[in-house]
Amino acid sequence: MAVATFFGARVNRREDPRLVTGNGLYTADVVLPNMVHAAFLRSPYAHARIKSINTEKAKALPGVIVVVTGKDIASKLNPVPCAWQLTNAEIKVPKYYPLEIDKVRYVGDPVAVVVAETPYQAADALEAIEVEYEPLQAVVDQESACKPDAPLLYDNDVPNNLAFHWKISSGDVSRAFAEAEVTVKERLVNQRLLPTAIEPRGALAQYNPSKDELTVWITSQNPHVHRLLLSLMTGIPEHKIRVISQDVGGGFGSKIPCYGPEAVVVLLAKELLLPVKWIEDRRENYVSTIHGRDHVEYVELAGKFDGTITGIKVITYANLGAWLSTAAPGVPTILFGTMLSGPYKIKNLECEVFGVLTNTTAVDAYRGAGRPEATFILERIVDIFARKINMDPSEVRIKNFIPRDAFPYTTPTGLTYDSGDYEGTLRRALEISGYKDLREEQAARLKSFLQESTETGKRKRTKEKLIGIGLSSYVEVCGLGPSSIVRSTGFALGLWESATVRVHPSGKVSVFTGGHPHGQGEETTFAQIVASELGVNLEDVEVVHGDTDKVPFGMGTYGSRTTPVAGGAIVFACRKIKEKARKIAAHLLEAREDDIVFDSGRFYVRGSPGTAKTLAEVAWASYGAGSSELPSGLEPGLENTTFYDPPNFVFPFGTHVCVVEVDTETGQVKIKKYVAVDDCGKQINPMIVEGQVHGGIAQGVAQALWEAAVYDKDGNLVTSTLSDYAVPTAYELPSYETASTETPSPHHPLGIKGVGETGTIASTPAVVNAVCDALSNFGVKNIDMPLVPEKIWRILSSSSPRLESPSSTTSPS
Amino acid sequence: MFPKEFQYASPRSVQETVQLLNRFGTEAKILAGGQSLIPLMKLRIASPKYLIDINRIRDLEYVRESGEFLLIGALTRHHTLERSELVKDKVPILSETASSIGDPQVRNLGTIGGSIVHSDPAGDWGATMIALRASFNVKSLRGERSLDSDHIFSDTLTSSLSPDELLTEISIPIPPRDRSGGAYEKFERKVGDFATVGAAVQITLDKAKKAFEKIGIGLTSVAPTSMRARRAEESLLGRDVTLANLDEAATIASEEARPIDDVLRGSAEFKRAMTKVFLKRALIKAAGRAGVIEIE
Repeated sequence: MAVATFFGARVNRREDPRLVTGNGLYTADVVLPNMVHAAFLRSPYAHARIKSINTEKAKALPGVIVVVTGKDIASKLNPVPCAWQLTNAEIKVPKYYPLEIDKVRYVGDPVAVVVAETPYQAADALEAIEVEYEPLQAVVDQESACKPDAPLLYDNDVPNNLAFHWKISSGDVSRAFAEAEVTVKERLVNQRLLPTAIEPRGALAQYNPSKDELTVWITSQNPHVHRLLLSLMTGIPEHKIRVISQDVGGGFGSKIPCYGPEAVVVLLAKELLLPVKWIEDRRENYVSTIHGRDHVEYVELAGKFDGTITGIKVITYANLGAWLSTAAPGVPTILFGTMLSGPYKIKNLECEVFGVLTNTTAVDAYRGAGRPEATFILERIVDIFARKINMDPSEVRIKNFIPRDAFPYTTPTGLTYDSGDYEGTLRRALEISGYKDLREEQAARLKSFLQESTETGKRKRTKEKLIGIGLSSYVEVCGLGPSSIVRSTGFALGLWESATVRVHPSGKVSVFTGGHPHGQGEETTFAQIVASELGVNLEDVEVVHGDTDKVPFGMGTYGSRTTPVAGGAIVFACRKIKEKARKIAAHLLEAREDDIVFDSGRFYVRGSPGTAKTLAEVAWASYGAGSSELPSGLEPGLENTTFYDPPNFVFPFGTHVCVVEVDTETGQVKIKKYVAVDDCGKQINPMIVEGQVHGGIAQGVAQALWEAAVYDKDGNLVTSTLSDYAVPTAYELPSYETASTETPSPHHPLGIKGVGETGTIASTPAVVNAVCDALSNFGVKNIDMPLVPEKIWRILSSSSPRLESPSSTTSPS
Repeated sequence: MFPKEFQYASPRSVQETVQLLNRFGTEAKILAGGQSLIPLMKLRIASPKYLIDINRIRDLEYVRESGEFLLIGALTRHHTLERSELVKDKVPILSETASSIGDPQVRNLGTIGGSIVHSDPAGDWGATMIALRASFNVKSLRGERSLDSDHIFSDTLTSSLSPDELLTEISIPIPPRDRSGGAYEKFERKVGDFATVGAAVQITLDKAKKAFEKIGIGLTSVAPTSMRARRAEESLLGRDVTLANLDEAATIASEEARPIDDVLRGSAEFKRAMTKVFLKRALIKAAGRAGVIEIE
């Protein structure tokens, strides 16, 4: 029986048959008897005083059960909690209530809620509520918002709208810059994005008076965290709330936070004694669910002409929106500033982050959360540096990489990289992409373009395309994370994970994980882990998650933590079960425990594999618990609950190469080739790893080329529907060439690292570097994302190309 | 996204439909494929009191040849026009235009008549109808009339139909087989997006295949309605198919165009420039399809 091969096998995702046949159970699918429907009235103004709200007409409409304003429930709900209150950052957490009381702070801010018998009646009633607003001046961009004359969102509670001011530094940055042979600097913008989970958020709450308990079905990446925060907001004791989140249609970070309206739904269900359901529509999702990124960065790099990077200095203005969402303060600081030296041995580093409140939707964790922002500025400034010293960007990277024999490596910001071979992935990526040939083709195209430009009117279309090649090397901190470290950064809880592995009397196994996979494939990979550890068949393992009444307290799925951390908990739980099973098997086989061999799900006495006890037989004995079955002193049953607190983060890494073609007539960018070489240590299921990498790249490429959340100056979200916000489809995206190297994490029981965010982190700068490379002969240093055709067309039509070659003459062999 | 309350009718014939329109016209909307109307109703931008669903009128859904014309029932789905062998054989630009609309789901349900009457300047059919000089048969209780492609669009999201009228048929003159060609070129941010600009061209060459005998040029998304590039057409009529002439016509069209700044799809200046690029591409393609082997 080849069970040991489960680890590392390309097993089909077990969750897919139910999801692709429409048999998933999402929050919106849950229908209860007597269920009623809530709808939120949201502010049309980005900043305004609420002078009065008249709900009388709305209340009189057919089917309307109740209309409630912020004032009505002010005493019943606590402010929306912020769970990552940074230390040493002068953090100010304003009181932001689930329904605004006297002021609105962004377009979409909820001011009242209607409950009606049908969602249609609820929508009609919203239109009948009369709110008198006194509009105030709004501020939407973070650099303006922290200027002295800017309108204040929370008056003196948050002076200058500055929620925090965070700094990190190491080495001697001033000296590095004073002594630098060359410095480069650039203002880089990491634009705001809309997470766009295809399933919008929603909640359905039901109160059971006979037990004084609430059941809440909710779109969540972390059901226990949701339960805790809902309890804090509503005052309902934690043990009286059950949170269920079965299938979740994508989150990308946006379903980590606990939102005000979710608590309102819980409160209404309890007060009305009716099940209350609320499901966002897409527009509501876009204005009220958190956004991602939104940094303005001032980046400087100091270096030598030989390519050595000696220092880096960053000032960041992070737009946090109108309230501090659950994890928001940690994203542009801890998850960003600590990673600014990336895969390079840069010793001198300084970063200052201004966390600024504005009249926009809150910004919180979005796939990669902080790490894409760090990688973007580092990989862009390294390319700008390479061009300035006329060195091939691959050479500059190789020159500065932390060498493979330097691990574990402590970074200037205090993290300890577990393992890495950065040059290995880069060399592999260059080899697969045919880097040298690409550079030659690029030079030839440019030459032909320059010749044709002089013969006006006779250009052939195919030759009017320029080639650009972009590299991006990254290292990511994930597998969040050792509790002692995350606690020291001000996070409200530790980031361990729980697992219960239960071997039933029949030998079937249920695994209860505190992780909450929603697309990442762990229903499959966790079953593979258990099958490998316990030597049982894959189909005999059930992975259970997303129900606080079934699963021990868990921290949930985000930060590429589930496979390494929740997976680690499962491994240790399995191993403890094996220890106990070995004792029972020894008893059954009348042998010494030391003589028992466990192999492929069978226990036998060393040298006598013919007489074995299967795990199922051992399980049966453990539940039988007769004296011939269970050694004296051993408890019956065969299950274990483990809380695994990892000793360190894990640090996946890699290099991506993007090749673009730029249409010089239109400015359109087409990705011609995309090579990703990633290293996430040991792989449980390479097919799922590839899937995660593909999806990650798609999301990162989307930021580079198409996606941007656009506000007008009055604070209206212009991109408030899917026909405005340009999410790419398979048609726009290239075929990816993926490969991997394998550098196991030395501290993880399985040697694995997370891979859910690597693609998003690596791809954005690879694409932008490629486009800037294609246009380098037009004097282009930087173009702000998204690189839409008009921006490129303007460069092409306003400047004439220079005749120098697009890159250096040196290429690594 | 829940629409306001409305009354729903599902007539089985054109006669029944025009009677309903006669009674409720100003407060009614025809529901054809619903690919624009339903989202507008869900966003509560449109709130018709009466919805007249014509999807059960099977005899509004056809494509057939009649003499020198291709006749298309107003309820014909984009998908049908994309795939129809008759369309591909007689007026291939229709198939090319249909294939550029929205996504497969939109094309399966959306109809040519619904799209035209919706009169969105970003709708793809308008430009192609103009290039082809299509005409439109319209019925009401008062009788029947025909509109040409210069008069079907009145303003943004407003056709020239009266509230009591129903578009029933589109009639397309079939271009001569051996010396005509058409092309629709669309510039979009991503597949399924509204056109940033679009250019439809239908040309007929003279017998020697040297000069333009007939030409129609329609543009998408660069004016309050789908737009005929009249001066560009005039500049080519009777002239030789040369790159210089095509370039000049494309330049003229880009000057005729009246695009507006749009924060998502581009400035008016950019859209003008793209009008030129994509019209020129469409002209080159159409000339090639009409049998010009190499354009000097």
